[in-house]
This record gives sequence, C-alpha cells and structure tokens, in this order.
Amino acid sequence: MQWEVVIGLEVHAQLSTESKIFSGAATAFGAAPNAQACAVDIALPGVLPVLNRGAVDRAIRFGLAVGAEVRKRSVFSRKNYFYPDLPKGYQISQFDLPVVLGGEIAIFVDGVEKTVRLTRAHLEEDAGKSLHEDFHGMTGIDLNRAGTPLLEIVSEPDMRSAKEAVAYAKELHSLVRYLDICDGNMQEGSFRCDANVSVRPKGAEKFGTRCEIKNLNSFRFLERAIEYEVSRQIDVIESGGVISQETRLYDSVKDETRSMRSKEEAHDYRYFPDPDLLPLEISEDWVEKARHSLPELPHAKRSRYVSEFGLSSYDAQVLTSSKEIAAYFEEVVGIYSDPKVCANWVMVEISGWLNKSGIEIADCPISSRSLAGLLVRIGDGTISGKIAKEVFEAMWNGEGEADAIIESKGLKQISDSGALERIVDEIISNNPSQVADYRGGKDKLFAFFVGQAMKATKGQANPAQLSEILKKKLSA
Amino acid sequence: MFNSSLRALSAMLAERKISSVELTQEFLARIDRHNPDLNAYITVDPEKSLAQARIADSMIAEGRMQPMTGIPVAQKDIFCSKGWLTTCGSKMLSGFVSPYDAHVIEKFNAAGAVNLGKTNMDEFAMGSSNETSFFGPVKNPWDRKAVPGGSSGGSAAAVAARMAPAATGTDTGGSIRQPAALCGISGIKPTYGLVSRYGMIAFASSLDQGGPMAKSAEDLAIMLNLMAGHDSRDSTSLVRDEEDYTRDLDCPLEGLRIGLPKEYFAKGLSPAVEKAVQAAISEYQKLGAKVVEISLPNTRLSIPVYYVLAPAEASSNLSRYDGVRYGYRAQGYGDLVEMYEKTRAEGFGAEVKRRIMIGTYVLSHGYYDAYYIQAQKLRRLIARDFSEAFGQCDVIMGPTSPSAAFDLGEKSSDPVEMYLSDIYTIAVNLAGLPGMSIPAGFGENGRPIGLQIVGNYFSEAKMLNVAHQYQKNTDWHLRMPSIE
Repeated sequence: MQWEVVIGLEVHAQLSTESKIFSGAATAFGAAPNAQACAVDIALPGVLPVLNRGAVDRAIRFGLAVGAEVRKRSVFSRKNYFYPDLPKGYQISQFDLPVVLGGEIAIFVDGVEKTVRLTRAHLEEDAGKSLHEDFHGMTGIDLNRAGTPLLEIVSEPDMRSAKEAVAYAKELHSLVRYLDICDGNMQEGSFRCDANVSVRPKGAEKFGTRCEIKNLNSFRFLERAIEYEVSRQIDVIESGGVISQETRLYDSVKDETRSMRSKEEAHDYRYFPDPDLLPLEISEDWVEKARHSLPELPHAKRSRYVSEFGLSSYDAQVLTSSKEIAAYFEEVVGIYSDPKVCANWVMVEISGWLNKSGIEIADCPISSRSLAGLLVRIGDGTISGKIAKEVFEAMWNGEGEADAIIESKGLKQISDSGALERIVDEIISNNPSQVADYRGGKDKLFAFFVGQAMKATKGQANPAQLSEILKKKLSA
Repeated sequence: MFNSSLRALSAMLAERKISSVELTQEFLARIDRHNPDLNAYITVDPEKSLAQARIADSMIAEGRMQPMTGIPVAQKDIFCSKGWLTTCGSKMLSGFVSPYDAHVIEKFNAAGAVNLGKTNMDEFAMGSSNETSFFGPVKNPWDRKAVPGGSSGGSAAAVAARMAPAATGTDTGGSIRQPAALCGISGIKPTYGLVSRYGMIAFASSLDQGGPMAKSAEDLAIMLNLMAGHDSRDSTSLVRDEEDYTRDLDCPLEGLRIGLPKEYFAKGLSPAVEKAVQAAISEYQKLGAKVVEISLPNTRLSIPVYYVLAPAEASSNLSRYDGVRYGYRAQGYGDLVEMYEKTRAEGFGAEVKRRIMIGTYVLSHGYYDAYYIQAQKLRRLIARDFSEAFGQCDVIMGPTSPSAAFDLGEKSSDPVEMYLSDIYTIAVNLAGLPGMSIPAGFGENGRPIGLQIVGNYFSEAKMLNVAHQYQKNTDWHLRMPSIE
C-alpha cells in the first residue's frame, strides 16, 4: 500500500525579551541555578504576574509577518498540572483566545514552493528545569528558565514529508530571527519543535491517528524522528495493528521514538482564565507601530534580489535564508556593486569556509567590508580571480586586509605590456618546437604557452592581456 | 488609651504625651493578658514591633509624621511580612517566614506604623467562624463560647478586645464584614482593585480584597487612606487618583436614598438582627435619609455561584503548596506523587481540601461549561442587579449576617449551614462592589449585630460618611466587651 505522511508542527520560540514574561527577573542563559528566579518565578505565596509588553510586541510582529490576525482581545489561561519545575502548579498560557490566529508560511522543497498554514500562535511562560544528575537520588530544580516568554506557533497538518517539516521549521527559524523576536539558539532551547505525525493510505481523506513527538531540538533530530516515526507507524498498521494516540519522546542516541504517555494518561489541564491577569487588549495603534517597525521579510527580500540584483531565485533564496547572511551580502553589494560577483563570493567562499570551520557568519573572520575590498581589487584588475582566492585564504587566517596582503606577498597582477612581451618573447625563443607545432595548427598548445607565462610570473600575469600578447606574437 | 480613636492616638503622639514605644508596649501588654484566652494572634514579636516603634518615634521627632505614624496595627496573617512568620492560618505555611513585604505592609511600614503582630484567621481565608485555622479557633471577646466570625476573626477579635487600635483584613465573600459584625466593630471591603493584592496570599483572586477593620468609620477612613492606591505589581490594581476617604465624613445625610433589598429581609434572618437593622434604618430616617425598597432578585444565586467560582480559583491558587520549594513537606515518601499526596493531605485542613476538590471538579473536562461558565454568567446577572438598584438609591443597607455570632462548634460539622452565614455579603464580592459593616446593636444573648452598607463602585468616601454620621448619633461602636 502507498502511504501518505501527515505532519503538523508545534514550535516553541523563546522570545528575546530581557526580562521574563510575568516578572522582572532576567532571561539570560547560563546563570548559576536559581540565580535568575525572583519571588514571582518561585511562586512565593502572594505574588502576582504582570505581563511584559515586550513579549506581546514580539507576538504582534510575528502575527503581522505571517499575515495572521492579531486579535484585539486575547486571554491568558491557567494550565493546571503538578510538576516540581512548574512552581505555581499551573502554567500561564493562552487557550481558547490566542493572540495570533491563522497566517501562513511559504516553504521551498527541491525548488518547489509550498504554503503551510498556521493555526495560531500564543504567548505562554516556560517551566523550569529538573536536574536528575548529581543529586544522589534526588532531583535538583533550577527555576532560571521558569517564566521565560515563549511564543508557541502551531501549524496545520499541512506537511507531507520529513523534508517539508524541516523546510518549514527552518523557514520559521529564519523568520523569527529576521523579526528579531527570538535568537533561534536551538542548543540552548530557544527554538524547540514538537511534531504531530500520522500516516494514511494515499488518497484517503481521513487523517490517521497521530502521535506527538516531543522536544526535537535540532533540524536533524526533527527529520530523523519523523522518519523513524513514519516507518514505525506504517509497520504497526501493515502488521495488522492500530496506532494509539500518544505522546512519544525521540531518543537521539538510539535514533528511535518511544512512548511517553498514552491518551488515557493525558492530563486534564483544567484550563480557565487567569483571574490575576486582565484580558490582553491590543490597540490598533500598537499594531500599526509594530507594523512600521517590521524589517524587510525574507520573501520580500528574495523578490528584490531577483528584480533589483538580477540574481537567480535559487541564489536569492540561499542568500536570504538567514538574516545575517542577507545583511552581510547587502553590505558587500553596498561597496562593490556587482551583485552577481558578490553573491558568488558570499555563497561559495564565505559559506564554504564557514561550514568548513563550523562557525556562524557572526564570527566570520572576514568582515563584509574586507570582502568588498578584495572584490574591488579583482574588479580593477589588480589581481586575478585565481590570486584572489589565495588572498582570501590569507585574509581568513587573519593576515590583514586584501591590499596589505597583495602588497606584502607581491601578488599584484602584471599588466605592464612591456614586461609581459619580454616574458612571452623569452618563452617563444626557448620553445621553438612547440612554437612550430602551434603555428602548424596544434591550437591546443596555446594553453601550454599560457602555463609557461603564468609560471614565469608566479600567476600574476593579467590573463586577458597575456592571452592577447601571446596570440599576437605566436601568429607573427 | 487603648480605647482611643486613631485620630486621638495620633494627636497624643504628636503632642509627645506618649511615645510609639509606650503605645506599642501598652498594646503588647494587653495582648499578653488576653490573647492566651482569645487566640486572636498567631504571631507576636515584641522585639520587631518595638524596633518599628523606635523608628516611628524618631520619625515623629524629626517632624516626619503622617496620620498612621507610630500607631500599632494588627496584620492579618494573610499579608506577607518580611521576616515575620506568615502562615495564612495553615499547617502548610506554619514555618513560612516571608522574605518580602506585601504592598499593604510596605505602605504601613513606610508610613511608620507598627506591626503589632499577625492575626489568626481561617485557613487560607476559607471559613466564616475562624474554626478552620490550624492554630485553633479565635474566641469572640463578647462571649467566649461564640465564634468571632471569619475569616478575619483574629483581626476582629483583636480590635474588639482592644488588643489593637486597628487591623487589616481581607474579604473574599464577607471575611471582613461578617467578623466585624460578629465582634461589634467596623470594617470595610473596598471596591475590587482598590487595595493591591500583591503579597496578600491568594484564595480566590477575582474576589479577594484587602481592607481595614477598626472601631469606627473614621478610623477606617484613615486606614483606607493608607491601604488604597495603585500598585503596578498587581495587574488588577486600579489606576486612580488618590482620594482622601475622610473628606466627606461630616457631610449631612439629608436626602440620602437608602435601598432596602426585600430579599435581605426574608426567610432565614433572625428576628433580633432584623429588629436591630430596622432600628438603624429608623435612625437614618431621623437623619434625613429616605428609604427605597429595591430588589436584588439574583441574590439567592450568590452562594451557589460563589461556591463554584471561589473554589475553582482556589484549587489553582493553592497548587503551589506542593512541598517542593517552601512550606510544609511530609516526611517519608516513596516517590514524587506520594510526596505531593502526603504533603497536601497532611498540610491542608478539611475545609481547604473540600474546596480544592470542589474547584478541581468544576474545572474538569466535561463539567467546566456546566459549572464554571454558567457561574460566570450568573455572576454578571448578580452584578447587574446592583447596578440597576443603584439607579434608585445611593447606598444599600441590610444585615451583614443572618444572625449574631453562633456558638463554637455549632456549624463546623455542616459546611452548607456555615456557607449560608455569608448569604448577605457574598453577592457584593461577586459584583466587585465596596461593602462595610458597622455595629448596630446586640442580640438577646448580648452578642453584637452588624449593619451592612453597600455602595456603588468607588463610593467608599460616601459609605464612610454614611457610617460616620450614624456613629455620631449612636454609641454601638463605642461599646466594648467586658474585659479589662
């Protein structure tokens, strides 16, 4: 039987506010345990939540960016359950009246565009952390993360493969960083995915029973967990079993998902509106202010790169895949106005070396200004493209700016026609038989003469000029 | 001196007839004498109180005196007070020393008032008799066999027995007004949102409201001046201009329209209370007030609505008492679930557990719409009754409680009977309106009776005026129980 995979994602994006969503404690990552947990975060008797407007502002920005409805009135509800790292015994979240409703996101898989619809996005607080190691049979509780603002972004079950799910997650990841509402640091848990996965016979209308896979903190794990889960579900069904609705955890070491709790064990969260918080009212004015503060978004940038810079849509997509790459590229173009050359250098050399070194563009040893300085020297003929790669490597290794390296290594292209003519004359007189063969019709030997000349000039001969001189002298 | 008004005490302090330290010592001595019997205080800490009194005395010496500077005040043990045991009447918090001050406590501290001690109360403010306190019941100073009312029974008894010039209370369904009535003192529950709930341990957040308890309406006004005011740490705290609640105390009542809800004078009201309330109304008529009969038809729904909504909120508010971070934790448990179960089974008393269970039930999947949502709708109807009534009258009057104080143990085994003792007060919380109780006589058994005055939103100054004019012409509020 042919199976169709159906996937919906719930993404928790940690909002980049300085302080928590309902308290004044700092949200910075990595502090000593409980150093960033104030009275409100610890849920001392008598404390009350106060909503952080910065978190709301970020939710509005997100809503606007995905073309969703930003609701004028939304409500915070309590989600009640007991867990040691949930200090109040309830999580403040949004239930039936979320702040953002609907919206959509375009994804690209193998060059084909597809739209994923969003159900909603709502504000909520994060829980703390339970630490099960190093406490000799006890559990440690770190409440630094408790109260960190999250935007939970829920998609419709619109994805049909693990690849699409990853493309969607990456697009969302890029978007929240463009919007500057989340730092996207997956290792620190700033961007976490849960996947709802089901399968159904191809062509069937009814969805299969879904399983939710929790806490996938990398794109690779997301893809592998879904792939594992899909084959598990197909195996179960094909061997006559049924899928039971449950929550599963992905084990990245064993590369498998395993059951965490069944539907029967699911909590009754007893949601009700939090009486400590007034309904969240968002004025037209607030939305408009947020709209004006929005940066150029990835899709707008992509079409501008095509229309204004004449780039291919593939190149445009690669360059806009992250806010930082796009910004870097635009800085380079700002100085050296040949977008295609700039795009090539950013996509091939910069991206390649970043990958090889395993670093992000923020830590790139060559600034956009420095790269542009190098490109200027190619453009004005000071160095050839080939020499430029050598200069680039030296720049990467911290040897200085392009001009300094060209100067100190004596890499300046020889464009002095007198000098080049003398070299060519010497080559012609030293290689009489090759000259004779070439003149007798062996055109391929031209490359031999170019090679000789480059060798003699240590590659610094201006290629166009050299070829012109060679042609003139050899045909003489 | 222990019988003096706040204004008189403040004048004595200003004129250096007495120091705050001496005043505090006088009340501490009275607490020493009477508290072992009455059990109105859970915590008394003379060292801390006297340290504050010394600060107050230096404030007075430096000419930085405010109306409450140097005056000792009893604080209900629901207000978190830094460095003080703050128990909320529960075993769960029997060892909890608060690391921070409630907004209300901050205000008293900043004004140079002296914290005289923390008063007994029903556990987590759940009760109408003070019998649910982990620290044992408070006895009514007028009759040791009687309850003082609840949940602010310790504060009411402390003021009635003159073990404090004034006290704080909180009122979720009548917890200031009913004990004030039963102990023969005055108390006001302000409009919801007027006094910050920050640091006031939550019972039912949408109903809880702090307020003063004192010997007279004038004292209440002085206390309220200090307690009211916006606090950015409480999202339900109202942003309003500061008011002087004493400003209208002396206005004449000529032309005042008093609404008498016919539902408040129906079956269930004791004849003695009815008689006392009618007498008070006659007194008001003598002062020029007019009586209008009004109807609050949904009053009968207020108890069922309250006992859905308040437990629902409480079941969630009390989830934080899990033994993990602070407070009581059971000894000996096998795993996490057992730790929760034993901690909460041992740490909470029966009434609190009953309400947590009711609240959990009404919020559960499948019951939420039938109970919680339905109750919210009825809550709006109850509030609408009042807004319609205030089209016809300026204040509403009636009994605070259906009877004078009942006996200790009389209702403690029958929760529903106990709940009915709040029938006249609960609707006011559901509507978020201000309500107060002032002494208006005594029953045959010599136990006090309270007159309830309900005003429109933010009409506290008017209500205090109405109460003050009555107290200028009667002496019920000056009577004190026969203790030395």
